[in-house]
Amino acid sequence: MIVIEKLEKSFNGRPVLTGLDLTIKDGESLVVIGRSGCGKSVLLKHVIGLMRPDSGHVYINGDDLTAMGEKELNQLRTRFGMVFQGAALFDSLSVGENVALPLREHKDLSEDEIKARVREKLKLVELEGVEDARPSSLSGGMKKRVGLARAIAMDPEFVLYDEPTTGLDPIMADAINSLIRNLQQRLSITSVAVTHDMTSAYRIGDRIAMLHGGKIIYHGTPEQVRNCEDPVVCQFITGSASGPITQS
Amino acid sequence: MNANHAMIGAHTIGQRVLEGIEQVGSVSLFFMRVLRAVPGFWRKGHLLFEQMVAIGVESIPLVLVTSIFTGGVAAVQAAYQFQDYVPMRYLGSVIGKSVVIELGPVLTALVVAGRVGASIAAELGTMRVTEQIDALETIGISPIRFLAVPRLLAGMIMLPLITVFSDFLAIGGAYVVALLSLDVATNTFMEGLRLFFHLRDVFGGLVKSLFFGVVITMMGCYFGFNAEGGAEGVGRATTRAVVASCLLILILDYMLASLLFRVIFV
Repeated sequence: MIVIEKLEKSFNGRPVLTGLDLTIKDGESLVVIGRSGCGKSVLLKHVIGLMRPDSGHVYINGDDLTAMGEKELNQLRTRFGMVFQGAALFDSLSVGENVALPLREHKDLSEDEIKARVREKLKLVELEGVEDARPSSLSGGMKKRVGLARAIAMDPEFVLYDEPTTGLDPIMADAINSLIRNLQQRLSITSVAVTHDMTSAYRIGDRIAMLHGGKIIYHGTPEQVRNCEDPVVCQFITGSASGPITQS
Repeated sequence: MNANHAMIGAHTIGQRVLEGIEQVGSVSLFFMRVLRAVPGFWRKGHLLFEQMVAIGVESIPLVLVTSIFTGGVAAVQAAYQFQDYVPMRYLGSVIGKSVVIELGPVLTALVVAGRVGASIAAELGTMRVTEQIDALETIGISPIRFLAVPRLLAGMIMLPLITVFSDFLAIGGAYVVALLSLDVATNTFMEGLRLFFHLRDVFGGLVKSLFFGVVITMMGCYFGFNAEGGAEGVGRATTRAVVASCLLILILDYMLASLLFRVIFV
């Protein structure tokens, strides 16, 4: 379980997170929605310890991540996988080497075992036979899928998705959404995704939380969000240019 | 009005000085983090080898051209200054000394700073802005250990090696010029070369180049790791890495020369 308590973070005096509280249950798929620049990616980076908060705590199964040193954090991160907005594949490595990297670093496996694992993970994301390709030769959707295969290479308990469908055409976005949903159900992963794509949010989330003004102002099931009467949430999910978000 | 301008000027200068001090502190902390990561690096031999090739072997063509012509120019200009005052038998001595003590280490470092410093800053800067460095952290790999340590060690190993290579080439270039266009016989040149040759001079030059290797790789890594703001930020990081490397090489050259040739080897 991930528990976030009173998280605060400012950049150059500009507050981004202002006492954010959020709990993500085991096996749950939570989607955080909010406008661009509202702090969604910042929140995600705090959950995996890429950023340190000004104040507040992030507990992973009871362990306070904000109090951990680099060594402990690196150990903890082996239980996480993260899919980046631009996939963040290592240019200097092939697709297979990208997926194999966490295994080579943290598992004591033979080369044959690593190859078998890489093949298995690429098959899970419906990409077979691309082990030797360079990331630069892949399409945006393929890169996202390789990023996903790398994220699940270590069989993580938690997977974080930063804007998983941004920059993809609607058909590819739907394919990625299905993949995320299937993986979450098949592997019982706790997943946290941040997005401003409502189609994606409804598709992959068991629960949707709205981040606004540095705090979670609403959370509920996709059905509850669809029928929500909160004016801020309403304006965001309907994509209206006028409303409380744009007036504040 | 004038008092106001003076205030603004003083404030700007003060701010720049503070920024400079902050930068020095930040670079020092980064360097300490890299040094602390060195002991756990023993498993990453292949990364070190890759960087030794990128930093050293791939710099050879550039160092080759630079060194041969530097040696040639040194010979021509020394001969010009010797005219009517100093016998040509000392040409080899002057070339030998100036190449191993100064020209070889410093020019090699400056050339490598332009090529390698820029390439490290651009590569790591691109990795930073495309979140590849974050991705490394999320899979539990220390980017300092994975990216900075192999570059630092490769710089420390390869700079002295290519400096030795550069020394030979520069002296060779000077010899060819002396022989073909200055009418200095082989025996005369070689005798001069041997006359005041001290191994400690070579050692001093190599110590300098080891420190230059640290400067070049650390500036590239530091500015690359701290790049922000897309392609423009990567460009800025690259420029800063090269400028900082070149300035530090010249400053450090003076400091090391004073220490080595005025204190230690006296």
